[in-house]
Amino acid sequence: MSRVVRHHLFWPAAILIALLLFNLPFTPNFFAIHVRNGHLYGSLVSILIFGTPLILVALGMTLVIATGGIDLSVGAVMAIAGALACWYISRQPDQNSVGAVLIAVALALAACVLLGLWNGFLVARIGVQPIIATLVLMVAGRGIAQLITGGFIITVLSKPYATIGGYAFTAPTGVFIVTLAVVAMLALTRRTALGLLVESVGGNSEASRLAGVRARRIKIMVYIFCALLAGIAGLMNSSNLSDADANHAGLWIELDAILAVVIGGTPLTGGRFSIGGSVLGALILQTLKTTIFTIGIPSQANMVFEAAVVIIVCLIQSPDFRRRLMAPFRSAPPPPAPAAVSTQEPVEVSS
Amino acid sequence: MTTLSASPAVSAAGRLLRDRRLPVVVTLALFLVMYAWGGYRYSFDAQVAPNLLVNNCYLVVAAVGATFVILTGGIDLSIGSVIGFSGMLLAQLVVVEHVPLAVASLIVLFVGTLGGALMGCMIHFYKVQPFIATLTGLFLFRGLSLVLSKQAISINEPTVSNLAQYHIPLGGDVFLSVGAAVALLTVLVAVVVLHFSRFGRRVYAVGGSEQSALLMGLPVARTKITVYAVSGFCSALAGLVFVLYIQSGDPLHGVGMELDAIAAVVIGGTLLTGGTGYVLGSLLGVLVLGLIKTIISDEGTLSSWWIKIFTGVLLLLFILLQRVIGARGSARS
Repeated sequence: MSRVVRHHLFWPAAILIALLLFNLPFTPNFFAIHVRNGHLYGSLVSILIFGTPLILVALGMTLVIATGGIDLSVGAVMAIAGALACWYISRQPDQNSVGAVLIAVALALAACVLLGLWNGFLVARIGVQPIIATLVLMVAGRGIAQLITGGFIITVLSKPYATIGGYAFTAPTGVFIVTLAVVAMLALTRRTALGLLVESVGGNSEASRLAGVRARRIKIMVYIFCALLAGIAGLMNSSNLSDADANHAGLWIELDAILAVVIGGTPLTGGRFSIGGSVLGALILQTLKTTIFTIGIPSQANMVFEAAVVIIVCLIQSPDFRRRLMAPFRSAPPPPAPAAVSTQEPVEVSS
Repeated sequence: MTTLSASPAVSAAGRLLRDRRLPVVVTLALFLVMYAWGGYRYSFDAQVAPNLLVNNCYLVVAAVGATFVILTGGIDLSIGSVIGFSGMLLAQLVVVEHVPLAVASLIVLFVGTLGGALMGCMIHFYKVQPFIATLTGLFLFRGLSLVLSKQAISINEPTVSNLAQYHIPLGGDVFLSVGAAVALLTVLVAVVVLHFSRFGRRVYAVGGSEQSALLMGLPVARTKITVYAVSGFCSALAGLVFVLYIQSGDPLHGVGMELDAIAAVVIGGTLLTGGTGYVLGSLLGVLVLGLIKTIISDEGTLSSWWIKIFTGVLLLLFILLQRVIGARGSARS
């Protein structure tokens, strides 16, 4: 039992299951999935559909955070990807042409790779703090997206484009994309040494460089990967709505994604990461949003409820909090706290 | 520290690059150059300079709070939400509950400070990362202001409109608003606290190295929590100043303002790793951002999104500059 509790995915999984079960009294057929018009329908399916962009962004963010970085620009990158694709499609005579949509997607993703390269260049080559380096693109990126759309919302009527954020083979397309991304990431990071290298760069960039790891190249790669996944998420988002809204596409998703990664058990300090944890974290956030709607909390109280749950989740994940909470119920003395955890204020030395 | 490590062999240029005040001086120079260029191109009148303060007074107050937190190596993402919430709370108390304005203001300041202190406790005692703890603060305060009311509440108190329209003459036709005066006063108090008080020294010490500060016997816990409380207080004060500027409370006021404040602090030369920086730099940072807005609106043909692009470019220039200066930091460590 204690081995199960100590597994790194235990707390995220427990929270997700608790949230899902919490819905049952309010919506009895919450777990029902049925087929309508050849598409899967149900509460769980809609959590997946709306949650996939967040899962993708959180996956990319996981690797960036594992190297000790952070990427605040993912929302702006999403907006740029959607804006570029819709801009290209809207200029075609036949918007339903599969070739044009493929070119649009390629164009958008190529731009995202460049943006990721830019972030990685600033962080790894110039040595700027990640939070500031990506703040530049976060601020300027939305301006660039508005530049592409000319300040308007570009609407497209393209069937092939709508598939990206819609359905393929009766299931949401996003599920296939996420599955592919997770499998590829697990294969690359856990079956090869790449994951170990990423963690070593996050643990101590300088030490791993001295040990012969190409720390800079690894960092640039994770920023490119993160921007690429954000771009795909941006395409899914824009395709789902059939438009490109430079102002609102992916707004504040960086905060949700970072939260998802942290809830999933990846520390912001880097050096360790959990892909499964981040997927669970993103699903927890999306389920929380769905729950708020289905149990009928008035819409204005949404954010308070969300904040309360997030605070509880963060505190439960904090080992110091758990130790303090469990202290009265434990017979054996708790393990000695490390020196830095001391909460007693030392005697003040007059200066 | 710098005087100790500088040997006589170091050239004057090297000594200049080592000076911690250089980023602030560069920001000041940039501001003056931009102002001179803008003044030449659009023939600024005398009121343009005070208007930079008048139109950005709330951001100055918020940036002062952000400077305290960033100096300790933390970050506060809840600034914008606390600003929005303070405006809503004041409007609700004054308009709906008919609480006297002074009492309502005190309540708002108290709630903001308490919120900041609670986030500080979460960060210090439970080791929640500052980014995440203040992110929950962002959600919580934005949510609370929506709970208070979904619509904007306009404040029709005669005292508020009198205060909002009161002009402090500076000679000629030039004037400052009450908000701008509050902003200047906040900066002044912050300068005194940071450079001439024990608490200020502790802020720099904790930002330089928390471990060393702890080993030196400094009250790290109290300092860290106080810093977030100061930021909460400044955000609440910025919210009150914003109410004077807008004369209403709106649950969506101040969205994203924490990023403006952080950008201003960075442009002002404070390092996000903590330990180095000046409040005056943050004031200059806000003024530079304000000047960009003024110039772009004076240009007329440029669309609003150019403000974002220019702000980004400026941020980039400054971090590159900090890298050039910061080379001494990496050479030392």
